[in-house]
Amino acid sequence: MSAEGLPILEVKNLSKSYNSFQAVKDVSFELYPGEILGLLGPNGAGKTTIIHMLLGLTSPTFGEIRIFGLNPEKPRQREKILGRMNFSSTYVALPYSLTLRESLMVFALLYGVKKAKAKIDSLIEQFDLKDVADQPVRTLSSGQMTRLNLAKAFINDPEVLLLDEPTASLDPDIADRTRTYLKEVKRSKKIAILYTSHNMQEMEEISDRLIFLHQGEIIARGTPKDLIAKYRGEDLEDVFLKIAREVRP
Amino acid sequence: MKLHRISAMFLRHIYLYRHSITRLVEIFYWPLLDLLVWGFVSLYISRLSAEGKSTPNFLGIFLGALILWDILFRSQQGISVSFLEEVWARNFLNLFVSPLTIGEYLVSLMLVAVFKVVVVFLISALLAWVLYSFNLFIIGLSLLPFMLNLIILGWALGILTTGLILRFGQQAEVLAWGVAFLFQPISAVFYPVSVLPKFLQKLATFIPASYVFEGMRAIIFGQRFSFDLLLRAFGLNVLYLGLALFFFFRMFRQVRAKGLLAKMGE
Repeated sequence: MSAEGLPILEVKNLSKSYNSFQAVKDVSFELYPGEILGLLGPNGAGKTTIIHMLLGLTSPTFGEIRIFGLNPEKPRQREKILGRMNFSSTYVALPYSLTLRESLMVFALLYGVKKAKAKIDSLIEQFDLKDVADQPVRTLSSGQMTRLNLAKAFINDPEVLLLDEPTASLDPDIADRTRTYLKEVKRSKKIAILYTSHNMQEMEEISDRLIFLHQGEIIARGTPKDLIAKYRGEDLEDVFLKIAREVRP
Repeated sequence: MKLHRISAMFLRHIYLYRHSITRLVEIFYWPLLDLLVWGFVSLYISRLSAEGKSTPNFLGIFLGALILWDILFRSQQGISVSFLEEVWARNFLNLFVSPLTIGEYLVSLMLVAVFKVVVVFLISALLAWVLYSFNLFIIGLSLLPFMLNLIILGWALGILTTGLILRFGQQAEVLAWGVAFLFQPISAVFYPVSVLPKFLQKLATFIPASYVFEGMRAIIFGQRFSFDLLLRAFGLNVLYLGLALFFFFRMFRQVRAKGLLAKMGE
């Protein structure tokens, strides 16, 4: 495992209820610098709700979150936390009428990035967006849009990165390059990454540790290798099917 | 032409009205407001002729009123439509997972509103002068406090609307286009407050815009305008802006607890 030191993100007994429905039940985990932690689970398992609570978009019903030792529920601390982390999701976009470069400039200002122009140029290069850099965002293909979202996620050199199905609409080549890039920045910059995906092969390849959620609860955790051995699966997809079907009524 | 396909599309829209009270209300909203505003305008004109009074400078009254009304409307829209643009672009989440605070976000929207107001006002005033030889600046320096009052009221309405859209989502989007017009009949934009029935006159005293439009008319008629009334409008505006902010922050807390903030952005 490449994780090291004290956890950069800690979640203790986190729960979220909407009236009588419990979306997240007593979830606890840690994320360490230089680690990719995969959140696995069927649709409605609570993965996105957990990410939204970590980002302060949804308030927890119970439990504690500490990121860099700070509490995202406190407005001033939330502001500090969000300056040092970032988020990307396939389901979120950037303003359609702005060019890609203008969009990134807005976020560079929001995050107070120094030497914003140089940073934007390097991200455009890194995510292979040079040809479309001055085109309106609405003209981008879904793959280019995902790469732009990822470029936005790296605008502030985050220490913690939350990625919600970041490669969902990428072709296998770009998806592979994105994973390679994520593994590289994780190693070189010791970024802690929380990752969700329905692509089991990807989760097996990229995650140092996995948490398996079902109906808001953690029902299994470990390294991909451990989980495959424990559930006697051929691969992670096999394990996913076994666990999901085992607990599904 | 196939009847079943036409009926499918007809049904699709009827279903929409069945599930959306706001859309249903909207069908009656605009005709009712038009009826009220133009009914009171007609009453004003017929009263003037019945009393045998000389015809006032209608060109000045109507053009001045239209341009000033647009300040209020653009100021409100500068906030609520700018907010909606983030929702439509699915960029909302990206903004709220950045260090941007709600206070900073609202201030930026208020500045956008002022920018829109200034641009629209200058263009409208120029066109009124070129096309109709009407110089809005005859109102003089009083124009500035008039404008400021309308901008603040627009902010308050914009923030209130945005809070409602946050809480009730798409259902409330229609408010972004129509909420300011709800106050138009009792703001006495095109006619004096005295034209309104007594109970609406009482209501008008709580609408800061009514003081602004009364003031504008007084100046165009060459009468003295009481700045006490303008101060009263300012006081009311500050109160409404405070209440709108309180409401917005309350809604923001509620949507976070209900998980609606995240849903709005996706």
